[in-house]
Amino acid sequence: MADKRFTRRDFLKIASVATLSGVGLSGISCKKADLEEFLQKHYLEMTDEEKKQTIKRLEEKYLKKYGKKFTISTQGAKPGTLWGYGLDLSRCIGCRRCVYGCVKENNPSRYNPQLHWIRVVRLPEGSLINLEKTEHYYNPPLVPEPGYVYMPVQCQHCENPPCVKVCPVRATWKEPDGLVVVDYNWCIGCRYCIAACPYKGRVFNWAEPNIPPEELNTAVHYLGNRPRYKNVVDKCTFCVQRVRQGRYPACVEACPTGTRKFGNLLDPNSEIRYLIDHKRVFRLKEDLNTEPKFYYFFGL
Amino acid sequence: MADMEAWRFFKQTLVLVAKGRPIYYLWCALLLFIMAVGLWFYTKQMEQGLIFTSMRNEVSWGLYIANFTYLVGVAAAAVLLVIPAYIYHFGPIKEIVVLGELFAASSIVMALLFVTVDLGRPERFWHLIPGIGILAFPNSLLAWDVIVLNGYFFLNVIVPVYILVNSYYEKEPNAKFIVPLILLSIPWAVGIHTVTAFLYNGLAARPFWNASILAPRFLASAFCSGPAIIIIIFQVIRKISQIKIANEALFKIAELIAYAMFLNLFLLGAEVFKEYYSNTIHLAPLEYLYQGLRGHHALVPWMWLSLAFNVTAFVLFLIPRTRKNIPTLNVGAFLIIIGVWIEKGPGFVAPGFIPDPLGEIYEYFPNFAELAISLGVWACGLLVFTLFMKVAIPIVRGDFIHSKHVKIGPRKKRAQLRDM
Repeated sequence: MADKRFTRRDFLKIASVATLSGVGLSGISCKKADLEEFLQKHYLEMTDEEKKQTIKRLEEKYLKKYGKKFTISTQGAKPGTLWGYGLDLSRCIGCRRCVYGCVKENNPSRYNPQLHWIRVVRLPEGSLINLEKTEHYYNPPLVPEPGYVYMPVQCQHCENPPCVKVCPVRATWKEPDGLVVVDYNWCIGCRYCIAACPYKGRVFNWAEPNIPPEELNTAVHYLGNRPRYKNVVDKCTFCVQRVRQGRYPACVEACPTGTRKFGNLLDPNSEIRYLIDHKRVFRLKEDLNTEPKFYYFFGL
Repeated sequence: MADMEAWRFFKQTLVLVAKGRPIYYLWCALLLFIMAVGLWFYTKQMEQGLIFTSMRNEVSWGLYIANFTYLVGVAAAAVLLVIPAYIYHFGPIKEIVVLGELFAASSIVMALLFVTVDLGRPERFWHLIPGIGILAFPNSLLAWDVIVLNGYFFLNVIVPVYILVNSYYEKEPNAKFIVPLILLSIPWAVGIHTVTAFLYNGLAARPFWNASILAPRFLASAFCSGPAIIIIIFQVIRKISQIKIANEALFKIAELIAYAMFLNLFLLGAEVFKEYYSNTIHLAPLEYLYQGLRGHHALVPWMWLSLAFNVTAFVLFLIPRTRKNIPTLNVGAFLIIIGVWIEKGPGFVAPGFIPDPLGEIYEYFPNFAELAISLGVWACGLLVFTLFMKVAIPIVRGDFIHSKHVKIGPRKKRAQLRDM
């Protein structure tokens, strides 16, 4: 009966060959690097030596592709850190500078598709938790507008991340410092994590990312803002490339009103701990038991 | 000697597949053409990325996953033939049960292909293979699905092939080997559809899917659509191959569908009541489906059509006179095939995403490329099934048998084989 499955096998063979050649054409000329990349292990299973080789290969690839020298960090989590975010809803004016600060820092696709890791939704005053009333696309000449409140939403870096639970190949996981990250080279593009996320915290690279080379940020982290691939998922990492070096996430720095706070939840003297201890904080969709490390509060 | 016969079996199988009447060639050519068109669009999709489809971040699964869900149900429904055939020894169905199992195997081929065309990175498929990759079992329901679907595929190939080969040798199948596999295939069929339901069901982010009624609803609707397709296919087979398929078998299947459709409609009613009476914000997806939400109502006519089809078919199959009458039986079967497809495919996958977790509405409607690729996958499954049938039917009919049992001359034999 074996012969009866020839057609199916042939179909798959042709399909995969076509796929591989498609990848080859759109990518770089160096075939060996492509093959090595194709056979590359899961990030967490690489030895330090393998990580080094991967980084070297990747830096060469980016140099060829974008004509820019990238520095790709693999810096791990600092012991004793658990990153937490605070967002003061009474200060947010809906200007969305955080969105564009994030774009500038994190190398997402700029057009076709334009991908954002932060979304600032507009809600009518008197409503906050009912997300059915949100507006996503609004363009007033001036913000804030009377009658509206604004709520920025991004990956909430849950302690119980449903996206991590559903991934069939463990291409996404929670780092020891609480950051939920993706291995863009291991993701198979099934998009199950997008379906599982209650916060719309993940975006998919529906096409080859389009970034004008002059807008590239070349200081990147392997698990964070390095340029991504077509047909894989990515997400906010709280700027892993910055926070592990003691800097603030780009959105915190971009905010003109002091809405955004960030710090180490394990450090009793951190600003985020002060907020949790002294303000009334809440987290989005707490009823889902995802335990976000993203705290909303009212400072005024 | 045994090797010689195995070689003959293999050779004859190739002959059976390669030779046929013009209509057979025409049919295969048509399927191959549809597959080629699908493949062309698929290479485009791979080249450009999934932006080639209508899917976006708001609705991140579409027609492919809808078809996948539907076909897993169709495959699971083979159990409606297996139980009466092997457990209750209902004669008319027992004669054709292997054809039903091969149909289930073909459906699984389609289901797996639909997942494959939906993957952004199919070349990284090996990441799923335990040992060289990482299969996130037991955490990810998708990992469960990979296991149970492949297992079901092998069960539904091994059981009929074993029975057919024994039939070729005119031997009694070894019950100790085959009966456990048949018995295993029954809970396994329920299993594949339950796991597929749980894949959605476990997502608290999507209230429309996060309802305990989901797995029972999936099973009920599967036991409608799968057998309905089998009713049509068996009649086609009967017409072109002169194989005996008793009307009683078809009527019995239709009766089973009537029970399943009652359950399906009842469970839908239960869901509609709960959402509308409690009237929380989680009503939104159902409202989107049946009334339209905030000015978006792309699926509304489809959903009402689906409901009308399912109710009409239920009535047709409930009344013995219309059930046991081939024209009305066929009308009912077609209504169910389409009605359940709408309800369970686009009518189930899309509203899970509408509105999305932050309340945005993106109205998904598959584009031509998705349609062409989907048709290509269906054509591929039908071709697999056709080739299965091309060999299985002569064995079932007793024309393709061990050389020592062949009594007619080789010339006549060849002519007969060609005519199938």
